[in-house]
Amino acid sequence: MRAVIAALAAMACLGAGPAPGGVALDVLLAAKPAPTLADYHLFTDEDAQHPNAGVTPYALNTPLFSDYAEKTRFVYLPPGTKARYRPTGALDLPVGAALIKTFAYPADFRRPGENVRKLETRLLIHRRSGWTAQTYVWNAAQTEAVLKRAGPRIDVSFVDAKGQRRQVDYKVPNSNQCKECHSLSGRIAPIGVKARNLNGDFAYAEGVENQLAHWTRAGLLAGAPAPQTWPRTAVWDSPSEPLEGRARAYLDGNCGHCHNPRGMASTTGLFLDLEEARPNRLGFGKRPVAAGKGSGNLEVDLVPGKPDASIIAYRMASTDPGVMMPELGRSLVHDEGLALVRDYIAKAARP
Amino acid sequence: MKTLMIAAGAAALIAGAAEAKTLTVSPGGDVQEKLQTALLDAKPGDTVMIAAGRYELTDGLSLDVAGVTVKGAGPEATVLSFKGQKSSGEAFLVTSNRVIVRDLAVEDSKGDGIKSKGVDQISFVNLRVEWTGGPKDTNGAYGVYPVASTNVLIDRVTVKGAADAGIYVGQSKMIIIKNSRAEFNVAGIEIENSMNADVHDNVATHNAGGILVFDLPNLPQMGGHSTRVFNNKVVSNDTQNFARKGAIVGDVPTGTGIMLMANRDVHVFGNEIDQNKTAAVMLVSYTQKYDDLTYDPLPRDIVVRDNKIGKNGWDPQFPGGDVVAKALGGTLPPVIWDGVTNYTRKGGTAPEVVHVRLLDGPVANLHFAAPGSVFTAKPAVVPSIDDGPMAEPKPVVLPKAQSGL
Repeated sequence: MRAVIAALAAMACLGAGPAPGGVALDVLLAAKPAPTLADYHLFTDEDAQHPNAGVTPYALNTPLFSDYAEKTRFVYLPPGTKARYRPTGALDLPVGAALIKTFAYPADFRRPGENVRKLETRLLIHRRSGWTAQTYVWNAAQTEAVLKRAGPRIDVSFVDAKGQRRQVDYKVPNSNQCKECHSLSGRIAPIGVKARNLNGDFAYAEGVENQLAHWTRAGLLAGAPAPQTWPRTAVWDSPSEPLEGRARAYLDGNCGHCHNPRGMASTTGLFLDLEEARPNRLGFGKRPVAAGKGSGNLEVDLVPGKPDASIIAYRMASTDPGVMMPELGRSLVHDEGLALVRDYIAKAARP
Repeated sequence: MKTLMIAAGAAALIAGAAEAKTLTVSPGGDVQEKLQTALLDAKPGDTVMIAAGRYELTDGLSLDVAGVTVKGAGPEATVLSFKGQKSSGEAFLVTSNRVIVRDLAVEDSKGDGIKSKGVDQISFVNLRVEWTGGPKDTNGAYGVYPVASTNVLIDRVTVKGAADAGIYVGQSKMIIIKNSRAEFNVAGIEIENSMNADVHDNVATHNAGGILVFDLPNLPQMGGHSTRVFNNKVVSNDTQNFARKGAIVGDVPTGTGIMLMANRDVHVFGNEIDQNKTAAVMLVSYTQKYDDLTYDPLPRDIVVRDNKIGKNGWDPQFPGGDVVAKALGGTLPPVIWDGVTNYTRKGGTAPEVVHVRLLDGPVANLHFAAPGSVFTAKPAVVPSIDDGPMAEPKPVVLPKAQSGL
């Protein structure tokens, strides 16, 4: 009964206008996306650095590789609402919730806080009719981000962590492409905000704390069981964690959003989400179905002990649009991710 | 009540018609943005009209709005070129229901041509999908590529140069492919893991293999069945197989007319099959390892009758084909069957019951003991093999909105 009252109260809040100076929930819920990011009042500064009340930063244990772009993430929950814990899949976020992700490049990755150029800020908004995806592209002056639906390209140049200059022909996704990855059974859905991928520490202003513990304590999350039962996605680049867990986390974060039984690549029969346990589905001894030239003259997706004979590694190492995997979201090879997956294949035992 | 409902329905129809609009895109300027924006702006009932001209695109296009028609000025007049494509696995992706793509050409996609995924009522009409550099293993895999779709119409479509199958329908249901032309692909037309397909009045020529009906293991939709292949011209499939290894079509011998693998209730009749140097019609089992207990690797309940079969099988391109041909007098008979019958599939308790009705003899029965066990072959040529009548799959009937296109 109490839950019902809370829900009604929350719905009443949704109907109300925005609190003065607060996040513009009515703009988030409007049928048409706002022309600029600032219209949502998600941040208190034009730089989109300082979150407004109700907007919380978060990070993922293992994120998607996006051409080395640095991503900052925030979640907004309407006043009086909470996310509900789910052991698998994304947390159940209430109507009015928004996930906010800014893609940026420092001029030199050896000095990450300096000369940072924001490219785009993507929003996933939970409207009454379901989730929608939009992206806002930052101007050269970095003062305003405007709605772009058709997915422009942006020239980016940066110096990587090893001191090498890199060029990226950065592709902003069009609205449909947002859905190609953010798709569950043909409907838009969040990917990252799974309990297992949030189960890690975050440096909040008031100190370092586990994110699920913090969300629960701050009243953002309901229904989380005892901490020792929380599932956890490994941190892909943490050398202290076991190889297989890191590689599976990487494949989950970079491939599993399409390669799962309800995703865009469901018809391939290759499923790389962390929940998958069947060796054939994970690529062991699996022949390609619709790979075309993407097979690279190789016959099997994953040959234990043989990364050079495994189609998964071949496609991760390519930048040809007809070969490369993932199909969207990168134009560069992720050297470190590829090395991890090759190592995993090299040391994998036959199932 | 009935009147009320009809009135409401009519009102809805009128309202829909009144609101339907045409969004026209013309050449020039940022065609990538213009086209993709039109595809995003279209509402159900709208038409995106792509005016005559050449459009150089840098990224794949996509449509996710139901009930939209994407129309060009004809497959020679409206040309979408993807020579400079930098991203996406296909040229054009459709993920919404009741979509018609018609009267245009897609050239030189880096991956697949036009794909529909999970769509009900997808129609491909009067299209050309071509890799203009001729057959090359660097071309995209599929020309038109409906997958996990229902009510699929492919009519007056030409595909040239696909490095896998020109016209490929996978894991779909209720399919008509007609009046289309597939040439210089590895496979001309391929139906895979699909139910209820009518493939008729098409031309498959200069491919490595003309028309294939396959079933593969370990896929979300298993158990393909009920395909009729009739009144097609399957002639001079003579392009050297140029698929990269790994793809199942890489195993199709160059010069194959029609190949049926691991599928059931397939009826092949009234086709003209001529000038295919390996064979007119081949029935084979899936020979690779698999661990899918739902999978049956044998072709069964197959009818081959009343085809007009010309000169085929004079230079078979499968391993050991020359030896077999020599043993059989220099030329293979028009119909070749691996002859696997007494075979218990994985998870099965008794041997599969295999019926075939192969009347366009003579027929070479290779009598393999198991799928792919070439060394157990006891080839025998017989005038025909007739296990008795088999019910023909019912004609595929598509929803009215599609049948009039």
